[in-house]
Amino acid sequence: MATHLSAADTRPRHKRVLPGLSLSLGTSLLFISLILLLPMSGLVMQSVDMGWDRYWQVISDERVVASYKVTLWAALIASIFNGFFGLLLAWVLVRYEFPGRRILDALVDLPFALPTAVAGITLATLYAQNGWYGEILESLGLKVAYTPWGIVLAMAFTSIPFVVRTVQPVLEELSPEEEEAGMTLGASDWSVFRRVIFPALWPALMTGIALSFTRSLGEFGAVIFIAGNMPYVSEITSLMIFVSLQEFDFPAASAIASVVLMASLILLFAINIWQARYLRRLHGRS
Amino acid sequence: MSILIENISKHFGHFQALSPLSLDINEGEMIGLLGPSGSGKTTLLRIIAGLEGADTGRIKFGDRDVTNLHVRDRRVGFVFQNYALFRHMTVADNVAFGLEVLPRKERPSPTEIKNRVMHLLEMVQLEHLANRFPSQLSGGQKQRIALARALATQPEVLLLDEPFGALDAKVRKELRRWLRGLHDELGFTSVFVTHDQEEALELSDRVVVMSNGHIEQIDQPGALYASPNSRFVFDFLGNANVFEGKVENGKWHNGKASIVLPDAAKQKDGQLYIRSHEFFVSKEPTAHANLPLRVIAINPIGAEVRLELTPIDWQSNDVWEIDLPHKAFDKNCFEKGQTLYVTPKAGYFFAHDAQKPVLLSWETEKVKTADKA
Repeated sequence: MATHLSAADTRPRHKRVLPGLSLSLGTSLLFISLILLLPMSGLVMQSVDMGWDRYWQVISDERVVASYKVTLWAALIASIFNGFFGLLLAWVLVRYEFPGRRILDALVDLPFALPTAVAGITLATLYAQNGWYGEILESLGLKVAYTPWGIVLAMAFTSIPFVVRTVQPVLEELSPEEEEAGMTLGASDWSVFRRVIFPALWPALMTGIALSFTRSLGEFGAVIFIAGNMPYVSEITSLMIFVSLQEFDFPAASAIASVVLMASLILLFAINIWQARYLRRLHGRS
Repeated sequence: MSILIENISKHFGHFQALSPLSLDINEGEMIGLLGPSGSGKTTLLRIIAGLEGADTGRIKFGDRDVTNLHVRDRRVGFVFQNYALFRHMTVADNVAFGLEVLPRKERPSPTEIKNRVMHLLEMVQLEHLANRFPSQLSGGQKQRIALARALATQPEVLLLDEPFGALDAKVRKELRRWLRGLHDELGFTSVFVTHDQEEALELSDRVVVMSNGHIEQIDQPGALYASPNSRFVFDFLGNANVFEGKVENGKWHNGKASIVLPDAAKQKDGQLYIRSHEFFVSKEPTAHANLPLRVIAINPIGAEVRLELTPIDWQSNDVWEIDLPHKAFDKNCFEKGQTLYVTPKAGYFFAHDAQKPVLLSWETEKVKTADKA
């Protein structure tokens, strides 16, 4: 038995480039616990403390429910808009060679780099009645700043990189042969796009849109400056949390926050499961 | 359908991919475009398909001038080197693609499409894989599906880019035979690109040898093998050893090696190309040749044994390869590191100032008697 064991010990182990799996895994888990799981459970604990009735009362308050609607609709419109525009932008960046392409490519990340408050103030200034764009839109009878459309605008601005950056690598990987194969088989340009290119992009695009949507749900800084924050009309859920905090009603803030958290988590999980299924088909592991 | 290629040329930036070239392909013919990478063979194929536009010249399919026709209107079947199957579609959907994108008026009914797809899959003997995805297929299966897909719209021209490049030797051989059978049965005109001389010689009715964007030689496989008309074709078809000789006292000399000039040879310096099986081997120099070589490798390949040899006290750019029947090999018991002498029986001589070779032969009495000994 002993010889058996020692023989096993001398067997060459699997060689890893970086040693210390247990150490790195442990550190990662600790870090995730500290910055993700702990605050999240704190959030849940705080809302549990207040009791179910009170919890329900806070999250189903008329003004809060109105804010859910505004937030959801605005995020939905913004992310769908980003789906189209982000796809276009990614397409242009990948498929065309033009002067300034790299600068444009770098600019895509600007919404991530820019403090969202700065973005909000800039947008509010531009789209205000006397701003550059606002003036033109005003003459056309459109009001963007201080209306729900302002919220959509701010959300779209801050979350566009999600779509571009998820679609871009997939587009780059797409082999031109598949498109050519489609063409040699007699398909029109539109058919090739719809039947060959789009199905390959679809999972990445959906992920991008979903990320853009969840980000929009939680956007605060950029939105409040341009939203106008009129109760029942242009108040977003994040603002309701903020308002509760200012009233030192921490449990209420946590309660509303938990709703946003839940919505984002469900969406992310759903998109992950769906994508895993779709990709399994593509990579043949079913 | 016949294909007429007239003065086609193409350049990418400053690189001349194709010098103006012309090629006539008869109806029902199978043509192999053979050449090293960068010779322009794939570019030519893509121009025939319409995936690439030529700078000059015309292309006609039968009487139809297709020079300015878009790929999708040329109605050719094209098989890509990496198959380019649609990854998100099942095998059946892949094959059906060409039928489903037909304009509504020409499109068969869904049941008709289904039947045709099943028929095509039967033809490539993969009907049991109809509902699989491409990623679940082996290379050979992918290749056959790619063929079935290309043939679905019943094109009269089939173009194949390195069709068997990525497959292992056995599958490659099998598929080659199968493709040739299909070609003969359905009667389409095929053009395929390859860098494998064996494949080109085995499969084609005529082989087009290309280098640096122009055509070196067009011939039937037998004729091509018997009379390569340039150094390039000789080099590329392979299995030839080159002896660079200077004339002196009725012999070609190179270092300490020498070969007696046969009667037909003019007294000129040049290169002698000798195929690997046109030798006889001995342990001493013969009256006709003194070519000492050292054995560096012995590889039994099928019916023959291939010896790899390096020159002793003379110069050659490449390792020499000599194929011997097992019988001759066994008789001599060669070993690695041993010195031996070879005597050419026949060869092709390119004088320095000549483009075309002269066929030479040493089948004299003396060589024959030496062979018997």
